[in-house]
Amino acid sequence: MKQLLKKLTETFSPSGYESAIRDVIRAEVTPLADEIRVDALGNLIIRKGQGGKKIMIAAHMDEIGLIASHIDEHGFVRFTTVGGVYPQMLMGARVRFHSGLPGVIYNEPLEKPTDTPAIEKMFIDVGATSRKDCPIKVGEVAAFERPFLDLGDRLVAKSMDDRIGCLVAIETLRALKSTPHEIYFVFTTQEEVGTRGAETSAFGLDPDLGFSLDVTGWGDTPGRKHFDIALGKGPAIKIKDGGMLADPRIIHWMVTTAEKARLPYQREVLLGGTTDARAMQLVRAGVPVGCISIPCRYVHSPSEMVDYNDVQNAVKLATALLSNPVEL
Amino acid sequence: MPTITEKQFKLLEKLCNACAVSGDEGEVRKIILEEVKPYADTVKVDALGNVLVTKNGSSENKVKVMLDCHMDEVGFMLVADDNDGLYRFELVGGIDARQLPGKQVFVGKNKIPGVIGARPIHLTTAEERARKIPLDQLRIDIGPAGKARVGDRATFATQFKRAGDSLLSKAIDNRIGCVILIDLLKTAPAHLDLCLSFSVQEEIGLRGAKVAAHYFNPDLAIAIDSTPANDLPVHDGGENVFYNTKLGGGPAIYTFDAGTLNDPRLIRFLAKTGDALKIPYQFRQPGGGGTDAGAIHRARAGVPTVSVSVPHRYTHTAISLARVEDWKNTQALLTAALKGISPALLAEERP
Repeated sequence: MKQLLKKLTETFSPSGYESAIRDVIRAEVTPLADEIRVDALGNLIIRKGQGGKKIMIAAHMDEIGLIASHIDEHGFVRFTTVGGVYPQMLMGARVRFHSGLPGVIYNEPLEKPTDTPAIEKMFIDVGATSRKDCPIKVGEVAAFERPFLDLGDRLVAKSMDDRIGCLVAIETLRALKSTPHEIYFVFTTQEEVGTRGAETSAFGLDPDLGFSLDVTGWGDTPGRKHFDIALGKGPAIKIKDGGMLADPRIIHWMVTTAEKARLPYQREVLLGGTTDARAMQLVRAGVPVGCISIPCRYVHSPSEMVDYNDVQNAVKLATALLSNPVEL
Repeated sequence: MPTITEKQFKLLEKLCNACAVSGDEGEVRKIILEEVKPYADTVKVDALGNVLVTKNGSSENKVKVMLDCHMDEVGFMLVADDNDGLYRFELVGGIDARQLPGKQVFVGKNKIPGVIGARPIHLTTAEERARKIPLDQLRIDIGPAGKARVGDRATFATQFKRAGDSLLSKAIDNRIGCVILIDLLKTAPAHLDLCLSFSVQEEIGLRGAKVAAHYFNPDLAIAIDSTPANDLPVHDGGENVFYNTKLGGGPAIYTFDAGTLNDPRLIRFLAKTGDALKIPYQFRQPGGGGTDAGAIHRARAGVPTVSVSVPHRYTHTAISLARVEDWKNTQALLTAALKGISPALLAEERP
């Protein structure tokens, strides 16, 4: 499982350009799926089981990134952000373009060395010396370059958001011996720019219910207050976030299933941010949805950290939920 | 490559001088309905006021292509009557209030002339002149004899002009897209099912295109719009690295904006089409802003979508400026692209 997570997190696929990660995931799920397809926006849709309740599980494949906006006369690449990338995370960072080319980020001189530059004052140096010899074109995307780190129970990587959700979905599919449901695991695109892949795939599938698998924030490092989520205390069952109120019946289903299976869980009340579940909930005439979150430190940094036990328990919870009949 | 005809210039002039602030697109809709009827298989005006046109192909394996342009423009709405022909107003769409004092406007369907007044220099202090005048201190003045009502729209009163190789108008955004769409209908290739949406309410949130795309449910879509060119020299003499697009650079193909990650297959296809026929094009700089593509690609189960815009300077001010050459090249690129579209274009997965 850790090996697969390493492979998933070391793949570069910013929003809108998910083909690389889609290929990695497809290779894993092909032997496990009853049906596989890719839709108009690039979502990878896996069906397991047939005829029962239509359940949609969404985990997003894309990651935050950058996009080249101008190559200047000396070959420096100006850029803007794709999704929530903060300038303080970029100072001195290394990135890799979709084409595989690496680059390093620096900025125009600052008034004070302690200032944070605006994105507009930063550039990517790919080793070029002129516009002509710069191998990057306007519109090319890049993502953080950072190797996977195994600290034992704690695992660190770029794009843990949401490759960890992808991993939980894949491992749940693997663990699922049989199901009374018609389950659609959707590895969605473009979540980081506004849950767009989930919106269109949910419309296409028209599910009876569903949930997303995504990361949530944390409250257990110095100075963090008012968020009662810690690494290692179990997957989080979402009550609400900045864009969605989880359906109380879904919450009840998740809580009772976790308790029956004696799995640790946390109750998540997140003030900001949201997940694919928001888009799923509001599609067509509305869908009852919830979310299983994996607590994750340092979200949207190049070093996002999760606890391995939470990941394993999330797989157990999702597997238990999908193995048995559900009446909301 | 065909040049722009006098007839096309006349049509653009007529469309540009018509007033169609978001939600009140009737005047432009009327012109468009007359233009498209002889060439369309079906024409209808939907619940929101979009003009929806179809032109069915005749061959096998047709691709259903949606073309979109918005009919509406930014402007103003009267919100309170202060008596004596003075009206408080709100902005409709993105307008920089710093640019308003001293501008002429037309109010309502009868185009009552008015002015957004400004206090003369004689009666202001240096300190006051350095400050921006807030919107709530501005009024539209049509005089006591002027007939207007709260809820009426107003537009800049600028009249269309041709100046050598340039075009000047209040509504280049997006009447130039409307003209291009009308001409694409006239030259529709037989291997496509074309569906065209002349959309309402783009400037206030892509509202018309949202329902139009749901109605058509196309295989792919192209949103045709106009986008700022901020390509003037920078003050410190350095390199301008935030120009968005450049005038004279040809049609601007979108990769990424606030609303859309344009479909890479369609981006590549348009670029290849331009390369093959030596039609100049440029990539709009990735960044904020957006077009109807933002609504269209999210319709139903998703629609592969790309945006192409005509660059123009001074967007959303009283007068913006475009080049005839960019219009011509946008028309040429899109005409060629429509000819080249085949089912193979979408046979491969989105990269």
